[in-house]
Amino acid sequence: MRKPSAFEMSRRNLLLGTATSVAIGATCGVAKAQNSAAEPLTAATSAEMPAMATVSFNVNGEVRALKLDTRTTLLDALREHLHLTGTKKGCDHGQCGACTVIVGGQRINSCLTLAIMHEGDSVTTIEGLGTPEHMHPMQTAFVKHDGFQCGYCTPGQICSAVAVLEEIKAGIPSHVTGDLNVAPQLTNAELRERMSGNICRCGAYSNIAEAITEVAGRPA
Amino acid sequence: MKSFTYEKANSPAAAASAAVRTSNAKFIAGGTNLLDLMKLEIETPAHLIDVNGLAFDKIEPTPDGGLRIGALVRNTTLAADERVRRDYGLLSRALLAGASGQLRNKATTAGNLLQRTRCPYFYDTNQPCNKRSPGSGCAAIGGVTRQHAVIGSSDVCIATHPSDMAIAMRALDAIVQTVRPDGTTRNIPIADLHRLPGDTPHIETVLTAGELITSVTLPKPVGGTHIYRKVRDRASYAFALVSVGAIVQRDGTGRVAVGGIAHKPWRVEAAEAEMPRGAKAVAARLLDGAKPTRDNAFKLALVERTLAAVLTEAKG
Repeated sequence: MRKPSAFEMSRRNLLLGTATSVAIGATCGVAKAQNSAAEPLTAATSAEMPAMATVSFNVNGEVRALKLDTRTTLLDALREHLHLTGTKKGCDHGQCGACTVIVGGQRINSCLTLAIMHEGDSVTTIEGLGTPEHMHPMQTAFVKHDGFQCGYCTPGQICSAVAVLEEIKAGIPSHVTGDLNVAPQLTNAELRERMSGNICRCGAYSNIAEAITEVAGRPA
Repeated sequence: MKSFTYEKANSPAAAASAAVRTSNAKFIAGGTNLLDLMKLEIETPAHLIDVNGLAFDKIEPTPDGGLRIGALVRNTTLAADERVRRDYGLLSRALLAGASGQLRNKATTAGNLLQRTRCPYFYDTNQPCNKRSPGSGCAAIGGVTRQHAVIGSSDVCIATHPSDMAIAMRALDAIVQTVRPDGTTRNIPIADLHRLPGDTPHIETVLTAGELITSVTLPKPVGGTHIYRKVRDRASYAFALVSVGAIVQRDGTGRVAVGGIAHKPWRVEAAEAEMPRGAKAVAARLLDGAKPTRDNAFKLALVERTLAAVLTEAKG
């Protein structure tokens, strides 16, 4: 579907640190456009010809306007167009959770949603949660508890974990909640069930659960 | 992914008429199944009609004491709704047993019903599949069939319906409301929504071209103990090998629907008469006429044993 771009070729350099990718994200950000409405275009006269549409949404507190091939997923818009490469592409089919971002306060798989369907939405990526200088408490806890090895799934794990604590706070039950009519408790079993959409091939699960537990305010 | 044009629908009628006006159009709501299939070019719509702007995102009481669930209500919202947790626990439990937190936040009520099979041969575009490419054959038959249907299948398709939510809705006697391009509406009992494969496994529901699900209605609560027990290869985030959704009353009577074994949620009302006599009697009626393969014959015993566990749990 995609051709490797010069940007992707140099991705390894960008991965040197979160600070680097944040800086790149800021300098390479696509210029804000004036048009904020997602206007449907009917340009595709043949199946081979891409149809384009515009969309504007808020990413990490900043309004971003883009003109995109309608096929562009939110994940690809973030990575390839806004150069926010903290969000990772794992399976690209909603099976691994590496692409998890928070949209309107809810965690979703950014690979299974079209960017143009997010007109006016607020998107929070790992870059929006914290910076190396001012880490989000969940990021600090993942570092402290060794909640990762290779780190590829980590941005998705952290975005998911932040949203999980909000879901428990909001009283949303899970598969392992004992009584549906009682507020769910913050147990290890609850965290593991709720985090099951984020796969970690290094198997850092127990440390991830400890990190989340600490942020939730219980002893790990 | 094939290129497509896109529009946002601002009324149900506009959505339905756009669907018939444009050739090869599809509705998109949560998109979690459709986009997955579009990436694999199993689904290749030329036009997408985004229905997320329609006002089908509410859960409201009905005059006769039931609940009307908007087609766009997200799986998380539905599972967490106080009334659903209290009066339709089976539905909450089934929803929470499915997918992941991220997917449930996006997936909608109507989309969940209309999701397509996860048969690996349907997903592999190098393999023949009568559902994906009518008339091409079925690679599952004679293939690896541990996950496949054991009942209601045909000589051309042995795929299962993957939804957990639909199993609960079947046991709850849900009614599906739709609007058609000519503006007419209809009520479809959930039992009639999904079709068995027969000779046309590519036609999965009774919905006609451009027909849009607007809501799903649950009749007034029936009480009882609500249990959804799902048996799968890992403890979370996996499709069912077998799942049992049951509502059991104090006198031992009740309802049972089974997932993971057929092309649609499997419920045999006559089998429910056997509930006071136990799992073996119920399973015998429920699975009457089953045609398992060598790989999935274990599902027959698994249904009976899962049912036994459910009935034991219901006794408390």
